[in-house]
Amino acid sequence: MKELIMVKYGEIALKGINKKTFEDMLQSNIKRRLKKIGQFGYERMQSTIYIEPLNEEADVEAATDALKKVFGIGAIQKCAVYPKDIEVVKADLGEYLKEALEGAKTFKIEAKRADKTFPLTSPEIQQTLGDAVLDAFPEIGVDVHNPDVTVRLEIRDNGAYLSAKRITGAGGMPVGSSGKALLMLSGGIDSPVAGYMMAKRGLVVDCIHYVSPPYTSDRALTKVQKLCEEMTDFCGDIMFYCVPFTEIQEAIRDNCPEEYFTVIMRRLMIKIADRFCKKDGYGAMITGESLAQVASQTLSAIDCTNAAAELPVFRPLIGMDKIEITEIARKIGTFETSILPYEDCCTVFSPKHPRTKPKLEDVLKAESAFDFDALIEKAVAETTVKRYKYGEETVFLE
Amino acid sequence: MIYLDNAATTKPCTECVKAVNAAMENAFGNASSLHGLGTSSIQIIARARKTLLTAVTGTKKPFDGEVLFTSGATESNNTALLGSAHRFRPHGKRIVSTAIEHPSVAKTLTRLEEDGVEIVRLAPKDHEDFVAALVNEVDENTALLSAMAVNNETGFAIDVPRLYREVKKKNPRTIVHIDAVQGFLKVPLDGDLISVSGHKIHSTKGIGALFIKKGAKVLPLLSGGGQQSGLRSGTEPVELIAGFEAAVSAYRFDKERFAELKALLLQMLAEMEDIGINSTEDCVPNIVNFSVRGVRSEIMLHSLEEDGIYVSSGSACSKGKSSDVLPAFGVSEKDVDCAVRVSFSAENCAEDIEKLCDKIAKTIERIRR
Repeated sequence: MKELIMVKYGEIALKGINKKTFEDMLQSNIKRRLKKIGQFGYERMQSTIYIEPLNEEADVEAATDALKKVFGIGAIQKCAVYPKDIEVVKADLGEYLKEALEGAKTFKIEAKRADKTFPLTSPEIQQTLGDAVLDAFPEIGVDVHNPDVTVRLEIRDNGAYLSAKRITGAGGMPVGSSGKALLMLSGGIDSPVAGYMMAKRGLVVDCIHYVSPPYTSDRALTKVQKLCEEMTDFCGDIMFYCVPFTEIQEAIRDNCPEEYFTVIMRRLMIKIADRFCKKDGYGAMITGESLAQVASQTLSAIDCTNAAAELPVFRPLIGMDKIEITEIARKIGTFETSILPYEDCCTVFSPKHPRTKPKLEDVLKAESAFDFDALIEKAVAETTVKRYKYGEETVFLE
Repeated sequence: MIYLDNAATTKPCTECVKAVNAAMENAFGNASSLHGLGTSSIQIIARARKTLLTAVTGTKKPFDGEVLFTSGATESNNTALLGSAHRFRPHGKRIVSTAIEHPSVAKTLTRLEEDGVEIVRLAPKDHEDFVAALVNEVDENTALLSAMAVNNETGFAIDVPRLYREVKKKNPRTIVHIDAVQGFLKVPLDGDLISVSGHKIHSTKGIGALFIKKGAKVLPLLSGGGQQSGLRSGTEPVELIAGFEAAVSAYRFDKERFAELKALLLQMLAEMEDIGINSTEDCVPNIVNFSVRGVRSEIMLHSLEEDGIYVSSGSACSKGKSSDVLPAFGVSEKDVDCAVRVSFSAENCAEDIEKLCDKIAKTIERIRR
């Protein structure tokens, strides 16, 4: 018996004329992930990709785990492939279904006969297999309307495919199918979650981070690089832009009123990100802002920062609270790194009493006290870019 | 690179590196093996013991007792204190110590305190004559006194031989433990139990020692193959021991030279505004702690780092946490936040101090607004 994996589409199954484009993208995303594990063969039909291990290394369990993190997948199902002989299937089914039926109270059989030359009809297959399951698992009952587990047998040209366990996929759209955007990655809990959410909507997510040595340390940067690397699990390869921000922060400190430090700083960050978006073809920026979480994320403050952007700014966490955000951060594996206690540039020179309701005209006036263009130009020119690749660990933390 | 963080760790000296390599190449045998390779390892270990016993006192007289190789000072301190726990029973026993101990002593004492031992912790800021104050606390019930020879954050040094003498005079049954990590090979030492570390004197990390005076019985923390007279089970790391010995033999504490560097540093700091000096006159000359008011330690540290100058904000062992120890020297909370520790090695010169002070001045100019 050999085992393979069926990948069922998520919402791309609903697409019309474009569907093939999305399917191609999903398949190539999957291929890129599984290449790290072993050699697999791919076949597509009826909103399903069949993935078959082709060599020793191609481990089905490991592949299933990797697939759980690929956006665009609705469900993942492992299945056993038998010769087209119902007796062979019946003989092995007790063993193969053990894991899937463990703890289940009810089941049903669903049979599909793509190969019409097969001697039994679909209802006959259902009857025979149902009896075999009842024999092998006497404590379980049949429920054709609302079963705990659905056992499926598909008779196809090259074999009989038996499956039972369905694993929910990551959902969403294939990464890349919506274009690409630049995530403002700070090092806190929120921004990696924001990146994850937008990758789920099909965006390629690259990251931009601002450093202010000596006010911020090397360790704070390492931490953010680690987060970036952790995000590749879901997002695939990530380009990391590291912007030297010290001079700009010092210029804000020296020239602008203290209560506007944070909002001006955020506006300038947006301006720099906007520059890279236009230069490198990003269609939007992403931030981890959540309405009213801190002084710089009030409606008025967001209005002020937003005005600095020319491209759209996506804020997928805007309506979530910290508990919901933290839950996702834990799920995607960035939480532990996020809470390491290194200071990032956002808290450097943060005012004791920031304006919670800044007016845009006041902010613009405060900002105009200094001509930041030359410093922005310099920061852009001195920005370093590095690629973090999916499946490669290059950053190590204590 | 200008490395001024020698109290955190030191660069292994050439002699040490050579000895480690030679031992790995030629004496990789297990000291417990009966064949010739094992014997070569025993030779190295035995010779190292002798070198250490001779060097530790800082006088012509070698230490009268034995020496145990450990994984470092943390293990030495734990062995000294927990291995003496049999002395704290029955209840009512006390330990006299200080408020400026390294966490490997301080936290171990807290553990003993939780088990019901009375711990007295004196702070230098409260006493004119600190040694006398410590001796004064020793009474009938004092089973142990544990004090640091040289403080790792300020360099504050006590007269250890005097302390030992006077404690023994007052209560001969009181065991005296000296954490001599920063004092080893720098100040004269004496005690019933003395902890030292290799990597502070240009040897490798992972090796330290505990000196045990004749008659001062310590119980082992580890059970196992019974190596080192049963006091410290575990195969002896011959190469690290060889390196340790080489580093000890090569070490020279040039007191006058360090005093000159310290004087130069203090003089240059005095020319800047609003600097607090946290290392007083009773400190060793190789450690200087000061506070640059208005510039947080970490920012100063990273700013100096930009020019390849490495110093420390307080103690590297507490990973950036602000110091619990400086307040015991009377340093204010505000000054603790901007404390910087500079610690010299023989490789430092006056030019290093000039560059350091130049960058400190520039950092102040940039940050203090």
